Amino acid sequence: MSDSADKVKKIVVEHLGVEADKVTEEASFIDDLGADSLDIVELVMAFEEEFGVEIPDDAAEKIATVKDAIDYIEANKG
Amino acid sequence: MRRVVVTGLGLVTPLGGDVETSWKNLLAGKSGAGTITRFDTTDQKCTIACEVKPADHEYGFDPMKRVDHKVQRQVDPFIVYGIDAAGQALEDAGLSDMTDEQKLRAGCSIGSGIGGLPGIESESLLLAEKGPGRVSPHFVHGRLINLISGQVSIKYGLMGPNHAVVTACSTGAHSIGDAARMIRDDDADIMLAGGAESTICPIGIAGFAQARALNMSSNDAPEKASRPYDKDRDGFVMGEGAGVVVLEEYEHAKARGAKIYAEVVGYGLSGDAYHVTAPHPEGFGAFRSMEMALKKAGMTPADIDYINAHGTSTMADTIELGAVKRLFGNEIANVSMSSTKSAIGHLLGGAGAVESIFCILAIRDQIVPPTLNLDNPDEGTEGVDLVPHTAKKRAVKAALNNSFGFGGTNASLIVKAVED
Repeated sequence: MSDSADKVKKIVVEHLGVEADKVTEEASFIDDLGADSLDIVELVMAFEEEFGVEIPDDAAEKIATVKDAIDYIEANKG
Repeated sequence: MRRVVVTGLGLVTPLGGDVETSWKNLLAGKSGAGTITRFDTTDQKCTIACEVKPADHEYGFDPMKRVDHKVQRQVDPFIVYGIDAAGQALEDAGLSDMTDEQKLRAGCSIGSGIGGLPGIESESLLLAEKGPGRVSPHFVHGRLINLISGQVSIKYGLMGPNHAVVTACSTGAHSIGDAARMIRDDDADIMLAGGAESTICPIGIAGFAQARALNMSSNDAPEKASRPYDKDRDGFVMGEGAGVVVLEEYEHAKARGAKIYAEVVGYGLSGDAYHVTAPHPEGFGAFRSMEMALKKAGMTPADIDYINAHGTSTMADTIELGAVKRLFGNEIANVSMSSTKSAIGHLLGGAGAVESIFCILAIRDQIVPPTLNLDNPDEGTEGVDLVPHTAKKRAVKAALNNSFGFGGTNASLIVKAVED
């Protein structure tokens, strides 16, 4: 697993208060991890902060699963 | 007329994360005061407070017991304290699992004096440092005063009146009084009522210090700083925490065989119409608030055994005492009056609720909590039992709580042992 994936999962566990083993790459933030739309805004902010990337609103809207987040960060981080 | 009784209690205080621990420590004469641990107090004029202790402390508070981890991250501590105290009260009342029918007739009236000041402060700093894109999406609803009532109603499915009082340091007493009226007026059968506060943060301490309200002379002796009625008192010590009661319509409580602590029999309210921070010098508003509560209860001063005073450890203590003396006349000789702010500090919007719970426990256990640090009683205190230093066993059938707030707002609540 990549370094980014580890960090993304750690942020998700911390922000959503879910068990680490539930945070698989296929997990949907809303359907599987109990997040609501505001939680996703907060997660996106935390990703931006951690990885020094900008995630514009239109890109953030497409992030539905843990894998979506990891892929976006891998492709865009500096 | 529909009668209103108390069937559940919940407390988070600087002396304990629950009712029995807080009460035991209060009666033992312990102080919740100490040097502020929450933030760096460099350059602050006041460096002490009565903080709610962490979970690993002998009488700490564990937020993980009742408050969802995610909610804890999103909201200010006053909301966490409020949710927990409400949960305790529901469990105590045997109402944590209500039917849908009960939930439709159950509401919340849990307020706060100031609300989420620590979060307003930290998010404002973040805004200035990193820009608007870093402000939390939970900023607004994690700080709003009515969000204890909101969170509690969502957590427990309470669909009755959802209300939140904001009257500075009389919030807790007004919250209970207003909620009792809602039950009396048949808006609900069950109300969770009380108040919470947590403003031990740099701007909270600095703001009250600049208003010359806080004790600033006892930073090296925190436990001695809150000394109501003492000659050397010079400002309050900030506390934090929450108090929530379950109020219930009497027949409803009896029908389900609930444990009944006391009846809410009197509620008085008034305005000083005088000054934003100073009370009326003759305690005119305080007098009328107590007088109204007695009248509503159909009682006279002779019926009151214990007064939990507003008594913040400021110059205003003797103004309140003067009003009590005028109202009580010769009956002053038969009442005990103490300020538990000497032990837990001033919980601001939580004070009236926490102190009303102490009144209820005084009735339950037939003992009144002490006024700590009353070494040299001020002039005008002669002939009044201010319960110095140690708790006192005595008959307590009815008790009165006074809570007064900035803006000249006053509330008095009377609770009484239940009689059929």
